[in-house]
Amino acid sequence: MSTIHTTDVLIIGAGLAGERIGVEAAKRGLSVIILSLVPPKRSHSSAAQGGMQAALGNAAMGKGDNPSVHFMDTVKGSDWGADQEVARIFADNAPIAMREMAFYGVPWNRVKGGPAEYYIKGKKQTITEDAAKEGLITSRDFGGTAKWRTCYTADGTGHSVLYAMDNLAIQLGIEVHDRMEALSIIHDGGKCCGVVARSLRDGSLSTYLSKATVIATGGYGRIYGATTNAVICEGTGAVIALDTGIVPLGNMEAVQFHPTGIVPTDILVTEGCRGDGGYLIDKDGYRFMPDYEPEKQDLASRDVVSRRMMEHIKKGKGIESPYGTHLWLDIRHLGAHHITTKLREVYDICMYFIGVNPITDMIPVRPTHHYSMGGVRVNKDGHAYSLEGLFSAGEAACWDMHGFNRLGGNSLAETVVAGMIVGERVADYAQKCRLEVSSALSEKFMKEVSGKINGLLTSKGNESVPQLKKEMGDILTHNVGIFRNGTDLEEAKKVLKNLLKRSRNIKVKSGAKGGNPELTAALRIEGMIKLAMTVAYGALARKESRGAHTREDYPSRDDEKWLVRTLARWPKGSDEPKLTYEPVGMIDVPPGERGYGGASIKPMKKTISSYNAEVDRLQKKNGAIQTAEKIGTRIKAGLWKKEVK
Amino acid sequence: MARKITFKIFRFNPYDEGSSPFQQEYKLEETPRLNLFSALNIIRDEQDPTLMFDFVCRAGICGSCAMMINGRPTLACRTLTSDLPETIELFPLPFFKMLGDLSVDTGVWFRGISERLESWIHTDGTFDTKSVEKLMDNELANEIYEADRCIECGSCVSGCATANVYPDFLGATGLNRIARYMIDPRDMRDNEAWFELVSTYEGVFGCIGMMACEDVCPKNIPLLDTFSRVRRLMIETGLSSKSTLLKTHS
Repeated sequence: MSTIHTTDVLIIGAGLAGERIGVEAAKRGLSVIILSLVPPKRSHSSAAQGGMQAALGNAAMGKGDNPSVHFMDTVKGSDWGADQEVARIFADNAPIAMREMAFYGVPWNRVKGGPAEYYIKGKKQTITEDAAKEGLITSRDFGGTAKWRTCYTADGTGHSVLYAMDNLAIQLGIEVHDRMEALSIIHDGGKCCGVVARSLRDGSLSTYLSKATVIATGGYGRIYGATTNAVICEGTGAVIALDTGIVPLGNMEAVQFHPTGIVPTDILVTEGCRGDGGYLIDKDGYRFMPDYEPEKQDLASRDVVSRRMMEHIKKGKGIESPYGTHLWLDIRHLGAHHITTKLREVYDICMYFIGVNPITDMIPVRPTHHYSMGGVRVNKDGHAYSLEGLFSAGEAACWDMHGFNRLGGNSLAETVVAGMIVGERVADYAQKCRLEVSSALSEKFMKEVSGKINGLLTSKGNESVPQLKKEMGDILTHNVGIFRNGTDLEEAKKVLKNLLKRSRNIKVKSGAKGGNPELTAALRIEGMIKLAMTVAYGALARKESRGAHTREDYPSRDDEKWLVRTLARWPKGSDEPKLTYEPVGMIDVPPGERGYGGASIKPMKKTISSYNAEVDRLQKKNGAIQTAEKIGTRIKAGLWKKEVK
Repeated sequence: MARKITFKIFRFNPYDEGSSPFQQEYKLEETPRLNLFSALNIIRDEQDPTLMFDFVCRAGICGSCAMMINGRPTLACRTLTSDLPETIELFPLPFFKMLGDLSVDTGVWFRGISERLESWIHTDGTFDTKSVEKLMDNELANEIYEADRCIECGSCVSGCATANVYPDFLGATGLNRIARYMIDPRDMRDNEAWFELVSTYEGVFGCIGMMACEDVCPKNIPLLDTFSRVRRLMIETGLSSKSTLLKTHS
């Protein structure tokens, strides 16, 4: 007999987005259970060093900032792939979320009146902070933004916000079942009723029945061989959504590479390095970014900087090393004090992991897989397409404020803002609905999961998980990386399809009781390969270049054909994903130039109003669930024209 | 010539009735800049898929991978084999519940500490979405953050003589957590409330001052200073003329 738990709200993932939703539901008096692969404070949210974007406009270099400017930066950053209404909701609520976290104990850095020295575009400058703003939340510079907007706590923003959030969750008595992995969503084809989960302590299976279920499991970076992501970022939540056969994943081909992963190990050093005045250097000791991007230089958006770095390496300007070619990140001029306080995490990482002292030496860096813009496709309420009662938020979701490229500091902010907004919708839903589920239904899913486990343990196959993982990581890194083309993507498609077949022939050698790491990995690999296939198929089909998706054979952004979001579903029994397309959302800011990156654009022929007129109908046709408020109601049409100077 | 490293790793599966503790040997050729995250994963991928250990961020931030490395509790992810002798002995952290091999249950213990210390902001206020944040001096924000940097890896309590004898001892991590809230003006608890919470043998007066915690803290949190400060404040509070605390406690 396995245990059955019932709860109003079930959340999978105890990072910032999941816990923030839990907090909202618990405040309404709903019962909440959070399942997590690891203790909540160890979630990958903790690793975000840099900060959270919110248009508070307190710092001198943030003067004149407002949510419209933030909204505009986000839409531009997304290369117009974002849902603009969601970007608007996000930008409007980010300042509230930052202040709320201050209320709950986050020690945000504050404005200190008077002169302070900064490095801007390689030059030392003195900026005088407004004495009248002293003591308010301050901000630092991040890529792709018009203003200094990134709120931070020294070098550990993710850590301190996650600790404040988890402490709040503990205060509210939210139950967390850690070392617990959701393996399957219980549903009847129209409604989600909970999950079947496996304990990573003792290996037992449990059923969780809920009114509302939330996927907040973060990204799926580990499908790539080289990634900055934590080892738990294997897309477990996206996989169970895809496995329903009905819920789509959005824009899976939109994958971000961060310019500064250290070589080797691929640990991220924050964009704050360049935000605070660090720059990139080639093998001749030359600062090359201003040649490519005269305006934003080292602080263009991440997709652009990553691409420029690869371009420069291809010109033979990289530094050869036993771990591959790289470039240098130079922060030496910021000085020992700055590096050991505001960038201490960077200092520690360099010293401990590669033995480089960034006060006296340059840091070896290269672009590395970093963020998944794609994820479980949800409407603006966070409600998943095609399955009532299933929600998603944070990196796991495609909400979709990032489109084809996310700005630094926007994802960590998204976790708490989406947590707040989606949390309300989840709570509304759970308050209205009743827990009705047949035991036959939940037993059916339990049987499927235990059948799969038995299959793996008694298999006569000969494939091993580490081998499949390595082959998957390699093909994605090489063929579905920063620069993509039809030939490489066709090959990736073939290789991955074969890997999927092989994944059904895995032999788990040990039947060890308890957590059994071999079985845990074997249970995940098939789903990871499926995710990899949605990325490769989406990338092959999208015959344009947009944001982080760069096709060498289709170098222009094509707004006539491709101002659409990819939806990938995995029909039951199929051996490949099925793609459909929907409009990106209501357009307020017409598609235009980003001001960096320099790609050409094929303009849209139809008018904005005729595009917008079809959004609701076409999204619903693709599975969108009715939103609480009509779509478009939060868009504040045209406000950016007045407020963005 | 690359070294051949011998790993002697503690093995035990508490969920398997037939399992009893022993040390297992694995050999690995050393490569440049090899750390224990990579080494343990290579061993598991290539030699023994049953080996249990915990890593999450593998970047020294999440606190998951503390273990006893040649007798010293520290983070495995940022330990380079080149800094160790040819034989590396790995044991799980003592003090915590064993889950299997090098994996221990730190999560449940740390949640218990948060609940005991009520480690959240205590306030009568409510958050107003329309008003600006309360002002705070940047120096104070930095000071709070300094104490907030603990990653709950468990190294300090594993290296602590008192904690290994008194399981209820709050440990350096718990006392540091208290110090963090003490200096936070948003938390309305007063000195008398702190006194009730930590002026006990399980609290600040249980420490016998060996300060292994400070030696092993991977985040270099100044625990000695923190302890002195909290103790001094507690004694002052107890002795203050207005207070009846020491009387009720004597």
